[in-house]
Amino acid sequence: MLRLRGLWKLTWIELKVFLREPLGAIGTIGVPVLVYLGVGRAVGRRISPDALANSSFMRSGLPVLASIVIAFSAVLSLITIISIYREGGILKRLRATPLRPQTILTAHVIVKLMLTAATLALMVLSGKRYYPVGVHVPLFSFTIALLISTLSILSIGFLIASIVPTARFAQPIGAVLLYPMIAVSGLFVPLESLPPVLHGVARVLPLTYAVPLLQGIWNGDAWSAHIGDVVALAAVFFVFTALSAKVFRWE
Amino acid sequence: MRPVIQVLKVRKAYGQTVAVDEVSFEVDDGEIFGLIGPNGAGKTTTMECIEGLRRPDQGTISVLDLNPIRDVYKLQNRIGVQLQQAQLQKRIKVWEAVDLWASLYQRKGTDGEHLLAQLGLSDKRDAWFMNLSGGQKQRLFIALALINDPEVVFLDELTTGLDPQSRRAIWELVRGIRERGKTVFLTTHLMEEAERLCDRVAIIEHGRIIDIDRPESLINRHCPERTVVLATENPVAGERFRTILGVEAVVCSGSQFTIRGRGDDLVTEVIHCLSENQIRVTDFRTVLPNLEDVFIKLTGHTIRE
Repeated sequence: MLRLRGLWKLTWIELKVFLREPLGAIGTIGVPVLVYLGVGRAVGRRISPDALANSSFMRSGLPVLASIVIAFSAVLSLITIISIYREGGILKRLRATPLRPQTILTAHVIVKLMLTAATLALMVLSGKRYYPVGVHVPLFSFTIALLISTLSILSIGFLIASIVPTARFAQPIGAVLLYPMIAVSGLFVPLESLPPVLHGVARVLPLTYAVPLLQGIWNGDAWSAHIGDVVALAAVFFVFTALSAKVFRWE
Repeated sequence: MRPVIQVLKVRKAYGQTVAVDEVSFEVDDGEIFGLIGPNGAGKTTTMECIEGLRRPDQGTISVLDLNPIRDVYKLQNRIGVQLQQAQLQKRIKVWEAVDLWASLYQRKGTDGEHLLAQLGLSDKRDAWFMNLSGGQKQRLFIALALINDPEVVFLDELTTGLDPQSRRAIWELVRGIRERGKTVFLTTHLMEEAERLCDRVAIIEHGRIIDIDRPESLINRHCPERTVVLATENPVAGERFRTILGVEAVVCSGSQFTIRGRGDDLVTEVIHCLSENQIRVTDFRTVLPNLEDVFIKLTGHTIRE
């Protein structure tokens, strides 16, 4: 009860504090939505619905890529915030209360998920007229799939946040570790055509399971077809969360 | 009555560096206890071991009969902590911080608004943390340390970086905490702060405690010297002064004499000598040793070296 009260208060305050930052709301929600709309205006009208239907990348690849990029920016922002809080002694000050460490991290994760959800919702709502894809997309299932994927990627973010030396390095190190994952995720190049070494690397990365899950759900697959992906993502989440709990530094 | 804090043979090393070495002491209920020493002496490490933020390599600690490592959450409900160089979220408002902290503790604490008023922060309740002055931040941290109405309050280098006026105001606040029956454990490298504020102090250097006692007892024990400085034109004064019981040295420079000696009676003896010999003085003052002198005596250097 008490822990929930603390978690709720902390989440609410962290959200307010984040939105008070000069570029907080605009950078996280506004920019992706604007870019999306801009691309939509420029490209959307020139693509006939037929071309859209024929290009599998336009049909499901692009929305999945956009979702992953948004998830990544949430993860990078979490890494940065944690390292700033650690460097500034905020984490340490919070630890000197009955607050559990998990509660602090959970509050930040909830804030990030809320912002990710808000960005996506805005994109879908505002972009409807440019991308005539929304008609048969199971948005609710897709949101759940994206939440599962984001949590899994976040767990890698935890690990990075646990070990980056200073706030200044947090964002670049995170970006360098995260973005290459897209290349070997199967989004652009089928996994089978990757060299064996990269194939092996891809097998332990969460994105390799997130991409087929997101694409499948977007295209209307049943959840039963993706149980393997969900299990893999959950496994990544638990392994990386446990690892980062081991190596986490408060100061 | 059992002491509130018991520290027994605690040792803590970071790699090769021993930060705290075989430290033992006790803090009694309702006193202001100060751990004093230069930066890097092991003050903060000792304090953070007691608060349950660090695990000592050896030794035992008990606070309010709790083990700070095993019972850390139980303990943190009953203590208040102010950390050295802590920060809050840049854009958290003063009242939000107080409200958040109040929601974290089991016990019904102090009224937040009342606390802010007491600490002179009422007109800053809607200000962002980043826009507060050093003194205001420090007062907010005191408010956060008191929000759960704790039995023991830990204050680490409370007034470092503050101007003398804010410093005095904060000393008053700390005395107020004691008057409400709390125990205060603080660290400082300011000898004046320790002397004015603490009921008892422990002097720590290189991770070891050199001595523990009331400030005046430490001074009497380690610096029994008394000094009288006076000015007189009387030509035979110097000679007379040298005959006073307990005087060890008389230094004359122009009309000013510095008389050094031992024992509480020195000043009386000097006054007696002046009146007996009808020596007319134009200046008279006594120089008493302070904790700074005790520190120099015990360690061979000043606290800032």
